[in-house]
Amino acid sequence: MRALRWWQKGMVGFSLMVLAFLYVPIAILVIFSFNDSAVTSFPLSGFTLRWYQAFLSNSQMLAALGNSLIVALCATALCLVLGVTAALALDRYRFPGKGLFQNVILLPLSLPGIVTGIAMLNFYKQIGIPQSLTAVVIGHATALLGIVVSQVMARLAKLDRRLLEASADLGATPVETFRRITLPSIRTSIIGSALLCFTLSFDEIPVTYFLTGREVTLPIYIYSTLRRGITPEINAVGSLIVAVSFVLVILSVTMLRDRR
Amino acid sequence: MTVTRRSLKAFVALFSLPFTWAIVFMVVPYLVMISISFWSRQFPLFVPDFQFGNFIQLFSDPQYTTVILRTLKIALLVMAGAILLGYPLAYFLVFTVTSTRWRNLLYMSVIVPLWVSYLLRAYTWKIILGTNGALNSLMVSTGLISEPLSIFLYNQASMVITLVYIFIPFMVMPLVTVLDNIPKALIEASEDLGVGPFMTFWKVIFPLSLGGLVAGATMTFCLSFGDFVAPVLVGGPDGTMVANLLQSQFGAALNWPLGSALATLVLVLVLIVLRLSSRFDRAGHVSLA
Repeated sequence: MRALRWWQKGMVGFSLMVLAFLYVPIAILVIFSFNDSAVTSFPLSGFTLRWYQAFLSNSQMLAALGNSLIVALCATALCLVLGVTAALALDRYRFPGKGLFQNVILLPLSLPGIVTGIAMLNFYKQIGIPQSLTAVVIGHATALLGIVVSQVMARLAKLDRRLLEASADLGATPVETFRRITLPSIRTSIIGSALLCFTLSFDEIPVTYFLTGREVTLPIYIYSTLRRGITPEINAVGSLIVAVSFVLVILSVTMLRDRR
Repeated sequence: MTVTRRSLKAFVALFSLPFTWAIVFMVVPYLVMISISFWSRQFPLFVPDFQFGNFIQLFSDPQYTTVILRTLKIALLVMAGAILLGYPLAYFLVFTVTSTRWRNLLYMSVIVPLWVSYLLRAYTWKIILGTNGALNSLMVSTGLISEPLSIFLYNQASMVITLVYIFIPFMVMPLVTVLDNIPKALIEASEDLGVGPFMTFWKVIFPLSLGGLVAGATMTFCLSFGDFVAPVLVGGPDGTMVANLLQSQFGAALNWPLGSALATLVLVLVLIVLRLSSRFDRAGHVSLA
């Protein structure tokens, strides 16, 4: 390997700085969650777990956490049912309007969430669905549907068609072929996109903000607390969310990249 | 296969549920919102109507035009910042890191934060930049400054920094994809012909990476244009963005038709940007992992 020239060294340094820029803020959040002081200032005052204890004894926060978990689970389940069937249909059949349909379900991913939230709020108001966690679940499932569809379709496109034909020729019913050939080869893409949907739904703010009623999710609870001021408790619960999200996202990305 | 009479039943069985869902919960809500943007408000009621008053108000009332122009400015700055930081990083990952294992690991470490709590990644800048925050206290305790400064937080700069931080991975992902797809032979040929590294970059690599650059720029622009969290957490009095306006139209100001008109405007803007950018190479399109 050639020695790096000056501009290459410069770029290595710059890139490492950008990587640091991505991680230092997260590290600061975690560090202050263990800091024994009500203000987030250096020098650090000592190690404590009391912010984590405060979180665990905050019943409002725990209720919000419970709501978030339920919403994320329901939204993910809906996304999977709708997304996998849509992906199978889109992969197998050609029909008029197919391209348009694909673009429409991907739209909420590049559109700021606030627009989707407002559109759904208007719609719910017109047909009389009250703002509630159910409304939030429908909103999340709709906004995140594109993730499952695109990821599962990408995997289906790599599936060897001859396997399906062979299976049919050997007398398997379509359901059997699905269960024994299609499903095993798209399984990791399904699990991977489910993990991603779960994480994103758990963290979602803009759609949730407009659709939720009295019961709030954890991000909305944190968001409204933050507008009043900072408490180290938020650092503690934030660090936990970040840690769990990291694990889920790494698993998800690994599974989605898996392209045997 | 094309849907035939024989395969129709299977097709309907698979597709009817997601299709109905997408129509009812995605297409119809957008259409409802667009139609309400033409309604009028006769306080305290919203009346079905077809008039352009809301849009005229958005384009003529300085209260709204200022915010829309400011949001455009911020979104463009975020896009530029993401390019400045993201392009060298993507170049580094593809051309300088030679070990595949390291490259995958580093690439992963760039994209994983994208999906990790967007709220908390914005919030952490509040504890870094605040008057009693990490940056100020660090500078005071090292003697760099004697008094905490209040200049870091609650302004447009803090908003741009936070948004660049949040959206950088959206820039790096498509750039890495396009840079990785450039045939190494082209670069070697350019070098063999005695072209220096900068001209090789400018004449070979950069033009071939435009698809990814456009895709990344589109995502960062569209998402920061409508961002909801950063203006509230780290933006200041001079930092009201479109999202804040939208929030107040559906809250305190209680003017849903006007709010819907503004949201429709954002929708149309995003659709135009997406349409323009899809004219570029599709190779740069964002894949989620």
